[in-house]
Amino acid sequence: MSPPPFQTFFAEHRDAVWRLLVATVGPQDAEDCFQETWLAALRAWPPRDTTNLKGWLYAVARNKATDEHRARARRPLAHADPPETSTVGAADPEPGLWADVGRLPEKQRTAVLHRFVADLAYDEIGAVMGTSPEAARRNVHEGVTRLRQTWQTSRS
Amino acid sequence: MADLSFLSSGPGVPDAVLDRFLASAEPDVAVGTVDAPFGRVWVAVTARGLARVAFAEDVYDELARRLSPRVLDVPGRTDAVRRQLDEFFAGSRQAFDLELDESLVRAGFQRKVLDAAATIPYGAARTYGEVAEAAGSPRAVRAVGSALGANPLCIVVPCHRVIRAGGGLGGYAGGLPAKRWLLDREADSRTLPAPTDA
Repeated sequence: MSPPPFQTFFAEHRDAVWRLLVATVGPQDAEDCFQETWLAALRAWPPRDTTNLKGWLYAVARNKATDEHRARARRPLAHADPPETSTVGAADPEPGLWADVGRLPEKQRTAVLHRFVADLAYDEIGAVMGTSPEAARRNVHEGVTRLRQTWQTSRS
Repeated sequence: MADLSFLSSGPGVPDAVLDRFLASAEPDVAVGTVDAPFGRVWVAVTARGLARVAFAEDVYDELARRLSPRVLDVPGRTDAVRRQLDEFFAGSRQAFDLELDESLVRAGFQRKVLDAAATIPYGAARTYGEVAEAAGSPRAVRAVGSALGANPLCIVVPCHRVIRAGGGLGGYAGGLPAKRWLLDREADSRTLPAPTDA
């Protein structure tokens, strides 16, 4: 199978990758992670296994988000540079719902984001998270259940 | 019933973030487009120069297959090409001043045919038979048509200036209206003095 043009792959997935990164590391750090993810994807294109390009892409994104997280943890609190102005525009239309997702335990949050933002299948989510597909399904299910409980509670 | 649809919708990547990526990206092939009066034209540029001028969106698959899958829309890398094409369509430019990447030109007969087409001056035309003769195969008129039809560098290598002996247009990868438009453009410009180099 001939690898698709990178442009086609980029156009198809760039928005979902952006939304996943914003949900994972926040809008400010998402900018750097977006760069790093797609520059790495372009340099490595095409991956040897072209049957799971989406899974491969989100594994790259996850690595970059993790790197960013580690780098932030190491930076001194009194950072010399002024904070960058985020280029993310208008406020998200559903900040409350996103905040609830953000409060999920890490495994559930990651699984839910990869299922619903990135639209990955359970085996793909498992590959990205380093778990079995069954564990990925459980994490998604538990995350969704917890979200529903939260919303039910907030309405009562 | 909880609605999770908010997760799969929402704002896409902001333009500023996109632009920042495109400014650093180094694809093997950079693509841009020009909206010509007769339709959209795709141009593809490599480190060596202009490699492809095409009239249809399937050019991406072709570039991935024949040059490199690391192909990406980076309009900024195609600025010079697009500007010269705009000038050509406006009639203010008659000759292109571009580095060409001829990787997609097939060696042998196609090379000879395109070399012959490249000698046809602005505003002039030759017949398929004359090009066949110039390419060293006077009877291979149909093959000339095929070779011109597969010209990877349309407009810049002026296969549009090759027409039928009876005056009919013949064929054109960009469609006959495009060929007609280009020939008319050149005929109109020929009645005016050629623009001097600024």
